[in-house]
Amino acid sequence: MGRYLIRRVLQFIPVFFGATFLLFALVFVMPGDPIRALSGDKPLEPAVIEALQERYNLDKPFYQQYAIYITNVMKGDFGTDFRGRPVSDIMKTSLPITVRLALLAFAFEVVIGLTAGVIAGVRKGKFFDSLVLISTLIVIAIPIFVLGFMAQIVFGLKLGWFPISGYRDGIYSLLLPAMVLASLSLAYIARLARTSLVENLRADYVRTAKAKGLSTKRVIGIHTLRNSLIPVATYLAVDLGALMGGAIITETIFNLPGLGRAVFDATRSQEGTVVIGIATFLVIVYMIANLLVDVLYGILDPRIRYE
Amino acid sequence: MKTNVISEADLKLGRYRIDPEAPLLEVEDLHVEFRIEDGIVKAVNGLAYTLGKGETLAVLGESGSGKSVSHHAIMGILDTPPGYVTKGSVKFRGVELLAPHKKTGTLDHVVPEIRGTRVAMVFQDALTALNPVFTVGWQIGEMFRVHEGLSRKAAKQRAIEMMDRVKIPSAKERVNSYPHEFSGGMRQRVMIAMALSLDPEVIIADEPTTALDVTVQSQIMDLLKELQQDTGMGLVLITHDLAVVAEVADSVVVMYAGRRMEKGGIEEIFHSAAHPYTLGLMKSIARPDVHLERLEPIMGSPPDLLDIPPGCPFHPRCEYVIDRCRVEIPELYAIDEHHSSACFRWQEVQIHV
Repeated sequence: MGRYLIRRVLQFIPVFFGATFLLFALVFVMPGDPIRALSGDKPLEPAVIEALQERYNLDKPFYQQYAIYITNVMKGDFGTDFRGRPVSDIMKTSLPITVRLALLAFAFEVVIGLTAGVIAGVRKGKFFDSLVLISTLIVIAIPIFVLGFMAQIVFGLKLGWFPISGYRDGIYSLLLPAMVLASLSLAYIARLARTSLVENLRADYVRTAKAKGLSTKRVIGIHTLRNSLIPVATYLAVDLGALMGGAIITETIFNLPGLGRAVFDATRSQEGTVVIGIATFLVIVYMIANLLVDVLYGILDPRIRYE
Repeated sequence: MKTNVISEADLKLGRYRIDPEAPLLEVEDLHVEFRIEDGIVKAVNGLAYTLGKGETLAVLGESGSGKSVSHHAIMGILDTPPGYVTKGSVKFRGVELLAPHKKTGTLDHVVPEIRGTRVAMVFQDALTALNPVFTVGWQIGEMFRVHEGLSRKAAKQRAIEMMDRVKIPSAKERVNSYPHEFSGGMRQRVMIAMALSLDPEVIIADEPTTALDVTVQSQIMDLLKELQQDTGMGLVLITHDLAVVAEVADSVVVMYAGRRMEKGGIEEIFHSAAHPYTLGLMKSIARPDVHLERLEPIMGSPPDLLDIPPGCPFHPRCEYVIDRCRVEIPELYAIDEHHSSACFRWQEVQIHV
């Protein structure tokens, strides 16, 4: 297990370099000139442009720019945006909002998705099961931005239950966006839990558990559920990583100043350093989440061995 | 051997009272069907037998003959839907286990108290029949925790004792292992330990040796036989393996298409079979005591249970078939006190043995 973990962490290194290099290349080939974009319609003095280009190393060839960037990152310096604000500061202010949003969405997924899925699985073919299957299918079919706007109109404007924009009311203003953010994974989790439970209820060991004279509650709640939750738990762990970085659309719709919004704004204004900084951070979060999944798998299923 | 003094607790079974004189299991005219989209699968059509204390009864039949399903019904672990008991009676020491359902009229198993405690089951493939995510000690100990309210620690201690009893070496160390960490034979011993843990009066062993190789098979059968002699429990052995039957059974019920074809003592079945199907089974295996030029398989294949042929279900494959077999279901003809056969021509069959 220890050796496995070390090997997995060492694998982070090539992934880190590969990911940053690709991101860097993508930002480099983005059309338009970020310096000229700064001033809008009014043209800048050529001397100013040159000075700025030199300051941000934009005059150097691509590989050199990458080398400088990576060297700075190693020293803990993620660079600054064109206004001189350090990227690490941007992350510091936006990360807490994204983390709260992600955790709230995660809680919705676990509580609602799992409960719905398990009940549907136990009552396979009954009304509740059909209800879960149909409603999750609808959620999966509708793009998240449509869901987001619909939620804003219905629960924000018409019913007035939740604020529709901004982060003034703290956690309360995160409830509606978290629900929208969670909706897709929630639907998947409900279906995954249902299918997994139905499949496991047919397993031989469930019949053994019944033959042991155990109550239905124990047969399902302990023997079947423990096995059924293995795929669900691993999906949840991957999803936690995705939630941290995948909230771009939701944060933009609900105007939340989180990481997703920061990346979105930076991409629009061609702030390469910010985009790469945040995206790299998200890559690391994702890698850790994946490692967590693999470790979790081994804990949940004793048949899996690490080599 | 158990003492002959019957305690008050022993006589209580849920809200029922046990008849100390009654046999362990009495199955009568048991019918089980599966209601699926394609129609009704008539899996069991009138199984009957009596199992006495210390007896070993073999239920012999091909796959699909209803031997497992009928015992799921007896245990009350039939998957409903689609499986239903439509007719019959199962008595455990005189207590009727089946009662009609108010709405559907099918029979429900109404004495869950027997499960695991008085009638226990050993399943075929221990790798899938044991829960993969719990240690064997936990799974054996669960019997004591749930049924006797023991603490985790005490239950584990009892689990170790049970593992010792079924001769799993170094039980103390192995109690924390998972099922996949055992060999096939050891895993089956774990299953047996689990079934035996609450001292049941009947063990139903559903093909307990089918998934094992031959040397391990005989070890497991020896173990079952030995445990049975120690405890005086009744053993129902569901199998398609004639060698296993010959080794341990006192009497045999031969099943085909969910029906009893023949029943009798072990000697009678092996040496004076009175049903063409039993005869066919005997001819299709190699036996050290009988010299055969060649093994003769039974031609054809078992019937589709959705559409069982009229008359005797075996008639399309039978060498002794006459017109009467195609229209009339033969009753069970008594040959002597313990031996009976569901064949119109049993006398002729017996001559040819």
